[in-house]
Amino acid sequence: MTTQVGGQLGLAYAFVEREIALSKRYWAWELVWPVYGIVTSLSVAYIGLALPTISGTAIDPAVVSRTVLYLLVGTIAWRFLGIIFENIGEVIAWERWEGTIEYTFMSPVPRFTHLIGMCGATLVRATAFSIAILAAVTLFVPVDLSRANVLSAVVLLAVGALAFVGLGIASASFPLLWTEKGLQMAYIVQAVVLLVSGVYYPVDVLPSWMQALSVISPATYVIEGMRMALLDGADLLTLWPKVWPALVVGVLSVPLGLRLFVEVERYAKRTGRLKRSG
Amino acid sequence: MAEAVTKSFKSSREGIRRAVDNVSLRVVRGEIYGLLGANGSGKSTLIRMFSTLLTPDAGRVRVFGIDIRDDENAVKRMINRVSVEASFFKKLSAMENLVYSARLYGVGPDESRGKALAILKRLGVDIDRVNEPLEQLSRGMQQKVAIARAFLTAPTLLLLDEPTTGLDIRSKREVQTFVRDLRDEHDATIVLTTHDLDEAERLSDRIGILHDGRLVAEGTAEELRARHGATALEDVFMSVTGRRLDEADAAAEEKTK
Repeated sequence: MTTQVGGQLGLAYAFVEREIALSKRYWAWELVWPVYGIVTSLSVAYIGLALPTISGTAIDPAVVSRTVLYLLVGTIAWRFLGIIFENIGEVIAWERWEGTIEYTFMSPVPRFTHLIGMCGATLVRATAFSIAILAAVTLFVPVDLSRANVLSAVVLLAVGALAFVGLGIASASFPLLWTEKGLQMAYIVQAVVLLVSGVYYPVDVLPSWMQALSVISPATYVIEGMRMALLDGADLLTLWPKVWPALVVGVLSVPLGLRLFVEVERYAKRTGRLKRSG
Repeated sequence: MAEAVTKSFKSSREGIRRAVDNVSLRVVRGEIYGLLGANGSGKSTLIRMFSTLLTPDAGRVRVFGIDIRDDENAVKRMINRVSVEASFFKKLSAMENLVYSARLYGVGPDESRGKALAILKRLGVDIDRVNEPLEQLSRGMQQKVAIARAFLTAPTLLLLDEPTTGLDIRSKREVQTFVRDLRDEHDATIVLTTHDLDEAERLSDRIGILHDGRLVAEGTAEELRARHGATALEDVFMSVTGRRLDEADAAAEEKTK
């Protein structure tokens, strides 16, 4: 049993090692994404700092500081969750683009192990990018974390990561069905989740039909909970109403996403869609 | 190995097209079986079914007694394939690609690096270039790396899908010699698809001719010639398909336009 697990971890590591090697070769892109993330996060933070000017009224500096942190929590948490969703969602599209899809699917690696490896590599990348963005932003913008409960925030982010891994796996199967449209659909899903999840604003400003969508988005709970943890120092007990819905999505979406992927793979093999040219 | 295998595809232009039509063939352990046919005759579809990438509509595919439907992973462990396109991560080097591919078959980097170098040397690849991104290597070099990738995992069944298409004469000969040598040394079983009559005869112990998805003739080159009163394999092809191979290729190309 232990040997089997070790063997599967070894196979999964092949994908992590491959992604590291690819990152080195595509190093310019690996720089572009964090820089892009830093610039967009800073832009959002400066909107917060400009609040008195934008509103035309004097605003208490403590309120401005709170607004900046409110916006930064949203933008950085979304960046983290977005990288997970995008990278896992592009697992098939990327291999099709490289032309290696047939060799990956022909190899004796169980699909679960393959996807675990890709998720592992993605989590490493998302964490590294998010830490880099956070560190860079704090150099430019004063961030008041004096009341922050970092442990609560990390737990919420981990739960959010689990939920987005499941959603990413499900969306990764789209390009097996529709070569180009599949990836386009995944991007549309991501954009809608961004809109309804209260990344830059509380969800109660949304029209009621959008608020209904926000209820089913795990990002809504993760981002609201992280704000409570980092702005008001909320502990995990207080945050439980935010943790459990995201946890339920994660616990359900990972096995359902895997199941969907395996079924779609079978369909692709029946219809001849599992090939490099789509 | 293949028993009454059939595969059809839906196409908006042609409706339902039968790519492989009730094909049965058996490859003996240790032999090189050449599948000869024009473009669109069903060679690659058959190879894709053998390599678990395509599920047959009817019939069974068994690899050394194991039905793909019963234990796909066990079959995957026994096979490897070389396709017309080299299919690599273009920015990674030949060695990075090979080490990664070997890992997928449970072969660690210490073992795969040494084996890869030995195979690449035999194939005439300049060893000084194995750490360059693959996109910087010529098509011939890339195809040799693809062949090394397949042999690296010591497959019991090797599927070579037009492995020398697009190679210059010298590279073609090197690859053909390597395939023959490795079969003799390692007792590998090889299914080779080609539309090169000369290659089919040079490499194959037995040849099957595919036409419109059907296996229309099978035997050694000598048997086929004797059976059809022909002096060349080209005449056999003409006799069983009603067309010369190059004419059939041109007709297939016209059909896809």
